[in-house]
Amino acid sequence: MESILNINQLTISFDGFKAVRNLNTSVKTGDIHFFIGPNGAGKTTLLDAICGRIKPAEGSIIFKGGVDVTKMSEHQIVELGIGRKFQVPSVFMGITIHENMELAATKKRSIYSSLFSKLSGEQLERIESVLNTIGLYEKRYRTPAALSHGEKQWLEIGMLLVQQPEIMLLDEPVAGMGRKETEKTGELLKEISKECSVVVVEHDMEFVRECAGTVTVLHEGMLLDEGNMADVQKNPKVIEVYLGRGGE
Amino acid sequence: MTQFISKLRTGIAHKNTAVIITFVLLSIMPLFLSDFRTNLLGKFVAYAILALGIDLIWGYTGILSLGHGVYFGLGAYCMAMYLKLEASGGKLPDFMSWSGQETMPWFWKPFEAAPFAILMSLLLPALLALVIGYLTFKNRIRGVYFSILTQALSIIFVVLFVGQQAYTGGTNGITNFKSIFGFSLSDTSTKLGLFYVSVSMLLLAYLFCNFIIKSRAGKVLVAIRDGENRARFSGYNPAVYKTFVYCISAALAGLAGAVFVPQVGIISPAEMGIVPSVEMVIWVAIGGRGTLVGAIIGAILVNSLKSGISESFPSIWSYFIGIAFIVVVMFMPLGLAGSITQVKQKIKQVLAWKERKYGEGIPDTSETL
Repeated sequence: MESILNINQLTISFDGFKAVRNLNTSVKTGDIHFFIGPNGAGKTTLLDAICGRIKPAEGSIIFKGGVDVTKMSEHQIVELGIGRKFQVPSVFMGITIHENMELAATKKRSIYSSLFSKLSGEQLERIESVLNTIGLYEKRYRTPAALSHGEKQWLEIGMLLVQQPEIMLLDEPVAGMGRKETEKTGELLKEISKECSVVVVEHDMEFVRECAGTVTVLHEGMLLDEGNMADVQKNPKVIEVYLGRGGE
Repeated sequence: MTQFISKLRTGIAHKNTAVIITFVLLSIMPLFLSDFRTNLLGKFVAYAILALGIDLIWGYTGILSLGHGVYFGLGAYCMAMYLKLEASGGKLPDFMSWSGQETMPWFWKPFEAAPFAILMSLLLPALLALVIGYLTFKNRIRGVYFSILTQALSIIFVVLFVGQQAYTGGTNGITNFKSIFGFSLSDTSTKLGLFYVSVSMLLLAYLFCNFIIKSRAGKVLVAIRDGENRARFSGYNPAVYKTFVYCISAALAGLAGAVFVPQVGIISPAEMGIVPSVEMVIWVAIGGRGTLVGAIIGAILVNSLKSGISESFPSIWSYFIGIAFIVVVMFMPLGLAGSITQVKQKIKQVLAWKERKYGEGIPDTSETL
């Protein structure tokens, strides 16, 4: 498989503290790639760097073998096809669920087209199908204020889906979810990975076992191990720093 | 009974009723009011245009500007320059010769033409907002820092306009107008005409704002208010949208100023200061931010109250406005319009509950949660 993201010699520092050090890894196209590791390992920082929220001190992140996203602004990166979901569900409370989806679905995001252009029938159909996938079709004309925590997370994932990204970055999508909701999210992820690559940061090991393709273990900003979950789990170092001490 | 309930429900569902009532009331008010009161109401209608602009930027986009007096003043001064030149018959305005200015400043000349003055009263505020908005929003200056910055802007402009007496009339501002488009400003019919021009402008401004908030751009503004980061990661550039809404808001304030001047007959730097700017925000807070009609009602109601109370209690009227503000903020955080909507929703819920209970009509799925 070819890779959609190549991370080369990436170093990110905050006032001298290196949150990520000399990281080299790649995300394969169509994979569900998990980044796991203890708190402070640099997982979320890595996602922030990919989506342009923070700029690395050194190194590059190459998207589809072409452009270096570390040189671009957030909204340009979104236009490339990189979607980001944050840990805390962040959907727009003041507008309806359908309008949330509309904002995400459109490819024309200038003021002029926001004022005058309507969504195409194709886009509306896509919104409808995604709403069905995430199970919020019935509630589409309500504001997200009425949704449960899990439903808000799905709505945000749905908003990413209608953007039709090529790669989706999810930060702890199942945190705070019950077993059932977690399972449903897992199914949703597998559904999504048919259309785009997925990068997930997660602590829930059961969820990782269920869904993961490639797993990368980070520790203090460095790569500790990489491979499939079965192999990674056997690595004594990984057990020592993470799995052995309450990673479950 | 069922019919009555369903009728009531469709009535409640129509949000436009409040708007229609407001505009009908405004247009028939001159029948019941003295000329003096009508003129006063016309002034409040001008304020309502400005309130719409503040509602767009504050209520919908969540940016608190405490310097809208500047844009109001700029629009008003543009119009005042035209009125002044018409009054002096194209000669040097009186205050300039008092200040020792002997020739007409170059930038005053084009304002002899009314269309130019009207255009400028919209464009100048928008241009200033474009420059300031672009610089601040691009650098992600927001929240209270932006509000402080707009206050500084207000102080700068007051000082500037007071200081440049030869060009601006200084502290006294520009006054002593005679006519507009050849109609005498002291005529009752001209005053009535100006009142209806104000109401029409308010209607146009309302339709314009309504078009924006109903479009996807309006949803983007709310999205920026609710989660700027999420909006950014949905591919929108919040700086561009914020600058846009700031410009629109400034242009509306300018229009309000242009409508204000011929009716009030004077514009001075006092109208651009921090206190009037903060008052403008209070109108919207009391009327209800996030609903356009709330802003209109707020501006007209607060100012009517203000003039009513200040006539009865000339020395302590400002305390009443302060108390009204505190009461609204504490007990009706969504303002008057917001509270009315809440009451409506309660009625809706009760009606839906009754229908379900008695099995009348279709079960309402929207109430299943």
